[in-house]
Amino acid sequence: MPFGYVSPEQLMKDKADYARRRITQNSRSCVVLSCEAGILLVTPNSSRALRKFSELYDLIAFAAVGRYNEFETLRKAGVRYADATGFQYDRRDVTARGLADWYGQLLGSLFTDSPKPYEVEIVVAQVGKTAADDEIYRITFDGAVGDERDFVVVGGQADRVAEMIKQQYSASMSLTEAMRLAILSLAGQGDGAGEPLTAGQLEVALLERDRTHRAFRRITGTRLDALLAESRTDGEIADSSDDAG
Amino acid sequence: MSGIEPQGRWQAAAFLAVGSSSFADFLSQAAPDLLPQGSHGDGSASPMPDVPHGTTIVTAVCDGGVVMAGDRRATAGNMIAQRNFEKVYRSDEYSCVGIAGVAGVGVDMVRLFAVELEHYEKLEGRSLSLEGKANRLAGFVKANLGGAMQGLVAVPLLAGYDEETRQGRIFSFDVTGGKYEERPFATIGSGSVFARGSLKKLYRDGMGVEDVVLVLMQALYDAADDDSATGGPDMSRHIYPIIATVTEDGYRRLTEAEAGRYADAVVTERMQRPDGPAAPLRSGS
Repeated sequence: MPFGYVSPEQLMKDKADYARRRITQNSRSCVVLSCEAGILLVTPNSSRALRKFSELYDLIAFAAVGRYNEFETLRKAGVRYADATGFQYDRRDVTARGLADWYGQLLGSLFTDSPKPYEVEIVVAQVGKTAADDEIYRITFDGAVGDERDFVVVGGQADRVAEMIKQQYSASMSLTEAMRLAILSLAGQGDGAGEPLTAGQLEVALLERDRTHRAFRRITGTRLDALLAESRTDGEIADSSDDAG
Repeated sequence: MSGIEPQGRWQAAAFLAVGSSSFADFLSQAAPDLLPQGSHGDGSASPMPDVPHGTTIVTAVCDGGVVMAGDRRATAGNMIAQRNFEKVYRSDEYSCVGIAGVAGVGVDMVRLFAVELEHYEKLEGRSLSLEGKANRLAGFVKANLGGAMQGLVAVPLLAGYDEETRQGRIFSFDVTGGKYEERPFATIGSGSVFARGSLKKLYRDGMGVEDVVLVLMQALYDAADDDSATGGPDMSRHIYPIIATVTEDGYRRLTEAEAGRYADAVVTERMQRPDGPAAPLRSGS
């Protein structure tokens, strides 16, 4: 090493800059938003096997951006924590807030103790009885936990995508309206330009409202095709490239 | 990394470990005392007296799946400890488990098994094959062998819908963890011998779901008739056997009203002929 001593401030700043840069450059945005039907999760993903969204527990979903093997490890850790808590107490005692706190502590320790921080950003979402009861938490690479309202965007050009969603978002949106907004905002990473994403380029999941057990549902195949088709005809989006997708 | 103890017990290392997708294996690292065998006994030979016990569980393959039924009685010595005890559980969408033996141990085992299956599915992104589920359950039974030898026996009966062969399948177990596939029906518990005799005479291959439910209801009635540890349908309290079906549409437990209708049909006929339907003396007649 060229320098014998590096100040803790510098060390932390370097780690944080590294993680932030890596997450922005190496990931595509992930949109998590509350709508009438539940909590919709949408992200560009061309892989059929590698997933960014996952079920954690009955009403709780996990979404992540960044380095795959790192967020996979965290995903599995979260499933273990959720199942162990539900087993030790009761299924109702597993909450998104508890998981978010736990992830915060875990990532915080990892950030401080490891030479290389985890290049990940995580969202833990829990569907409630109404959209007002939905909970969305964002946990950053250094363990900071944020409580989000209505929707959150992580990864890629998150700020631009979020800005676009903010302009048209409403909590009473139907599933197709929410889908339309998500696709629109993700196209071209927030500037609204570029080809709309097709079913094969998307990973979509939904935490369905009004289910008590295992609300997490992946939307794939014909169901995704149908949802995309409905969302395209819905609303006044000026989409000139109306291929069958 | 430094130990993280949000709840005072969970160490980060166990959570971040790469490897097994088994919930039971994870608990054995992170919290062994939560496992069923972790908290039983101190190695002494004398069995505990008067722990809730006894049962009959019956299951049979039907057209397109499998049906399982269990009585509702739990006995402790000569007392009825519970009249509405549930011994048939949904372990996942395509399987169910019935338990015989010591109630507490059995319920613990089934609870762990259900979480084990869900855990695997969440981690791996696919459910276990039915054979895999049976092997896993056999492992849990085997792990309880120490407890069994102290008298804390719990033995399950597994029935499920095999998505590959598109048929119902049944597995029974012994206390050493031996696993046996049964065709086309099986019974366990103190009343199992009586239920089995009844099933032998009433069951036919290719029966539909409703007929198999009725056959199982008859078998349980016969078991309750001869075994004091097995309870018959309680018509005044509306406590009926738990009946579950597993088909390609998944697990479904009959409602109290539905079970009541079958119980009613059986009991009404028994008023005429207490021993139940007579099987023909010669086949084909």
